[in-house]
Amino acid sequence: MECQECEKRSATLHFTQVINGHKTEVHLCEYCAQEKGYMNNGEHNFSLHSLLSGLFNFDSAPSLSGSQSTSYNPKNSLQCEKCEMTYHEFTKTGKFGCANCYTTFNEHLHPIFRRVHSGNTKHDGKIPKRAGDAIHLRKTINEHKVKLKELIQNEEFEEAAKARDQIRELEKKLRNDRDGDS
Amino acid sequence: MSLQNFINEAISPWLKEEGDDSDIVLSSRIRLARNFMDIPFSIVAEEDDLQNVLDVFEDNFKHQSFGTYQDFELVRMAELEPVEKRVLVEKHLISPNLAENNSTGAVLISQNEQVSVMINEEDHIRIQLYYPGFQLENALEHASTFDDWLEEKINYAFDENRGYLTSCPTNVGTGMRASVMMHLPALVITQQMNRIVPAINQLGLVVRGIYGEGSEALGNIFQISNQITLGKSEKDIVEDLKSVVQQLIEQERNARNRILNDSGIELEDKVFRSYGVLAHSRIIQSKEASKCLSDVRLGIDLGLIQNVSNTILNELMVLTQPGFLQQYAKKILSPEERDVRRATLIRERLNLEKE
Ligand SMILES: [Zn+2]
Ligand SMILES: [Zn+2]
Repeated sequence: MECQECEKRSATLHFTQVINGHKTEVHLCEYCAQEKGYMNNGEHNFSLHSLLSGLFNFDSAPSLSGSQSTSYNPKNSLQCEKCEMTYHEFTKTGKFGCANCYTTFNEHLHPIFRRVHSGNTKHDGKIPKRAGDAIHLRKTINEHKVKLKELIQNEEFEEAAKARDQIRELEKKLRNDRDGDS
Repeated sequence: MSLQNFINEAISPWLKEEGDDSDIVLSSRIRLARNFMDIPFSIVAEEDDLQNVLDVFEDNFKHQSFGTYQDFELVRMAELEPVEKRVLVEKHLISPNLAENNSTGAVLISQNEQVSVMINEEDHIRIQLYYPGFQLENALEHASTFDDWLEEKINYAFDENRGYLTSCPTNVGTGMRASVMMHLPALVITQQMNRIVPAINQLGLVVRGIYGEGSEALGNIFQISNQITLGKSEKDIVEDLKSVVQQLIEQERNARNRILNDSGIELEDKVFRSYGVLAHSRIIQSKEASKCLSDVRLGIDLGLIQNVSNTILNELMVLTQPGFLQQYAKKILSPEERDVRRATLIRERLNLEKE
């Protein structure tokens, strides 16, 4: 199969690009894939850089009438307080600077993940053991809090006091686990 | 060093074992991307931050063992000559990207070379685990328990909704790439890849050639891997890949039988001509060498060529790469010199079979 870019070399990288729900097949030779930023030094971890920047241009343009330049977009000045990466830098490199960037840019990430992962935005795989303990603990605490509210509304104060103690116990455990890690 | 000894050292021990369907699937690999929660990713990190990452491996994992993975060696990029790094790249133990990180880049490798952990690549941690043949489930299971072992000492960057947090948005979620390396000569000869590749893409999988610097799938060796890492479990990703690979194996087997039935003598001619080129040429470029090696391997798999071991394709595809040729020669070689060395090495290797 011929590379769709140079129409000379034979295509060796083949994948499907999903843009707003439309699937497009992409067939490129190694050289053009490098050129277009789809690949990192030949490792098959393609950065999909141009795919990402295409998306950013698309979703920043309609938000401003008149000035189309992305640098005027207020969300571009969003900055991660941990690593100091700005949203604008993220759109240029297509790479996050640290774990906290995910939180800082959170509300703008859905369309990006949807495009890169065929519409998916939420993790459905492995949960690490130790971090996972805290996640389960937090979940239980939230369930108890809902129950506590109900009990108070129903004026079952004795039960409510028990539930409140349980929550305190769990929260203490959560704090201890966290301190134990560091 | 004798060629036999050189081969013994050059070829990863796990690659010498047979796996399921190893006439078509050469190897299976699981790669997991992980990062430290409290350290900036490599792209923005200071050298001190990445030194801390390296120290954790130095203090906790160097010369340790886990299950069948014995005595992990910690190798720093700074300690290696360019040709030694090239050899690690050609063995797929490190990426070219890691080889360039001379300050804090390192790799943790088990004695049998089945597991390698790239340290301070694009992500702080990239676990790679290989199995011979078609053994994706085994590879996933072992990669996952190995991952748990690392996690005992490392606070991974993880988020309930986004999963394992990676530097590139294309890896977030499971952080996993599952892949198989397949030898598909009959599908190439019968020109079916043009039809098959788009169909595979529709299923969210990526197909690419892995050998060769330029443009094509040298040696008719293809890598099939998952594109999506978010929103599917590791098990489902592997299942989906597995079912596609199973169909490809079947189609390749059918194509082989059809060629054998319809044009047996032409195929036999092609295979033995290639054998002749490998056995007698004095100058050979890597493109021609890989084409001939693919033909000979096909001939072995179909029983046309006997008394040559079927590992010859895997072995010589690796050994005839520029890094290995120069390591064997113990000096830097020009491209022309490499073509001569390559021809010599292949002839010697085929002679070993006769002993
Ligand atoms: Zn091209
Ligand atoms: Zn950040």
